[in-house]
Amino acid sequence: MEPIDLELEEGELELPAEPMHLNMGPSHPAMHGTVRIVLELSGETIVKADVQIGYLHRGFEKMCERGTWAQVFPYVDRLNYVSPMLNNVGYALAVEKMCGIQVPDRCQWYRMALGELARISDHLTCTGAMAMELGAFTPFLWFIKAREMVWDILEEETGARLTHSFGRIGGMAAPPTRGFKELCRGALAQIIHIVEEGEKMLLRNRIFIDRLENIGIISGKDAVALSWTGPCLRASGVAYDIRKAHPYLKYDEVDFDVPIGKHGDNMDRFLVRLEEIRQSKRILEQVLERMPDDGPVSVDDPRVMLPPKGDVYTTIEATIQHFKLIMEGAKVPKGEVYSYTEGGNGELGFYMVSDGSGTPYRVRIRPPCFPIVAGLQKLITDRMLSDIVPTFGSLNMIGGECDH
Amino acid sequence: MSKAVLQKLKAKFGDAILETHSDLEIERRLVTAQSWKSICQYLRDESTLDFDMFVDLCGVDYPARLPRMEVVLHLYSTTRRHRVRLKTRVGDEDMEEANLDSVTSVWVGADWFEREVYDLSGVTFRGHPDLRRILMYPEFQGHPLLKDYPAQKTQPLVEYRTEAEAGVPLEKQAPFRADEGMSFGRFDWLHRNDEENPTDEPLGVVHSMKPSPEAGYRNGADAGANHTPPEPHQPKQGPKQDPSQEKVS
Repeated sequence: MEPIDLELEEGELELPAEPMHLNMGPSHPAMHGTVRIVLELSGETIVKADVQIGYLHRGFEKMCERGTWAQVFPYVDRLNYVSPMLNNVGYALAVEKMCGIQVPDRCQWYRMALGELARISDHLTCTGAMAMELGAFTPFLWFIKAREMVWDILEEETGARLTHSFGRIGGMAAPPTRGFKELCRGALAQIIHIVEEGEKMLLRNRIFIDRLENIGIISGKDAVALSWTGPCLRASGVAYDIRKAHPYLKYDEVDFDVPIGKHGDNMDRFLVRLEEIRQSKRILEQVLERMPDDGPVSVDDPRVMLPPKGDVYTTIEATIQHFKLIMEGAKVPKGEVYSYTEGGNGELGFYMVSDGSGTPYRVRIRPPCFPIVAGLQKLITDRMLSDIVPTFGSLNMIGGECDH
Repeated sequence: MSKAVLQKLKAKFGDAILETHSDLEIERRLVTAQSWKSICQYLRDESTLDFDMFVDLCGVDYPARLPRMEVVLHLYSTTRRHRVRLKTRVGDEDMEEANLDSVTSVWVGADWFEREVYDLSGVTFRGHPDLRRILMYPEFQGHPLLKDYPAQKTQPLVEYRTEAEAGVPLEKQAPFRADEGMSFGRFDWLHRNDEENPTDEPLGVVHSMKPSPEAGYRNGADAGANHTPPEPHQPKQGPKQDPSQEKVS
């Protein structure tokens, strides 16, 4: 083919420069199906970005106003569907705070154990998916294998793999199974082994490192101003972990470290999550050591707890109690509360108003990844288009939680 | 600690604070809507308080009360590790006059939270840089978290544009427009230097968008329709076509 030899003027040789508009998501595989980013590009550089959420909005807060307090548990399962147990526990703690109920020691340890298992599964999913979105498929499969181990334990305990609905006001639905501790110990060793192997695969991979390091940087001050919490905030060097800062359950009695990052880039967020898996393992080991093997898991309070099934069928008192709790719901004293726990992504807050009846007057959830996704725009503006995928992956956006 | 916060606020703002209460670990106070922003500014800037983190903002509707909408703000200080809950009430029984000063200039993180309260509870924030719906779609009618919004209420379907609006016959219209939901985007860019079509319309109001020949699919669709494109926004087409001609030759 002959070379093109046309008489062209200087001006004509330049390509027309006009911004390109690109619509990323919501059906883009890296957008988790629930986010849409409208981009204005100059070449491959992002000039403007608008992050749009709401594709998974189901009216959580409106739904809560229609049932009893106990009927909210299945809904909170579906907020953060990667670590539902943390939501269950968070909501249960909030209602108990209003009622002034303190659950028995055994239940507190049990909640911690299940919560840390859920946190491990959350972080495994996030780090694994992050690797997969950058083309490293094998570590993803390994991490999912490890997550399966966690879910097997949770299935053994609760009967459901994902949507447990296991929390109750004033306790848990069932006491720990007999083999719980052995199951956990066995799985933990394997999970940590898998994490280490995955780490070896990823952290010596040039492509993976180049796409994470020094990308999506945010300073600690900016992260606080954007209301970030959780691993993303800690990766920017702010050691704010609710388990340490405002201990709930028995977190003040166990020994663990809060890992923090230095630069606040994608790599730090990745590493902080991996380190938190190890810290969760540390917490779990202590919890398994100290959790009593017998004793009640639920409070003995007829105002909130359902009576044993056998009594419901044989005594009139228990039948009436059962009827009242199911039909009218447990009465929560008039007032309001803001209860906060450390969810998989950060501060999971419940602000609730009760008018003294069995139905919540208002349940407001403060989803941790809502402000984090709000900060995405700042992270990707003036960066390259290809940086969106690792940056977005490192934030661990969970649609159900973010969109209520 | 919390007592000290309360006393400082009392000393500084006096009458603006209507009620105070200490309930379940967190101090809460009710303030007037006018002093909302100045109190927020004070809470952040005062070095002994230092509320640097905006935690949560939500609206709670009390239809029987006046003003009916209670806006609840939670703050946290990462350095001093204390919390405060700040409340104010706005809006009459029809949610008219439900305005509040935006605190986005105080905490950047307030941006999406205020959009959410606007979307779900119908409180308008004065001075917010980009106040549009966030969880609901732009055509949604009403505010779902108001107590008088029925939970079973259905929303009307979003209508197709009329032929006159779109400039193409109905059967040739795509189910959505190429620039739909783009807060900025093709439309905005084309009209950027066009004085006849100022782009300061509220974002998200799709109905006000006028058709333009360059907007995506309409290029093809327009070929069959007798639609004359508006003149002012023709991009420089000269240099654009040249490269393609080169390839052909």
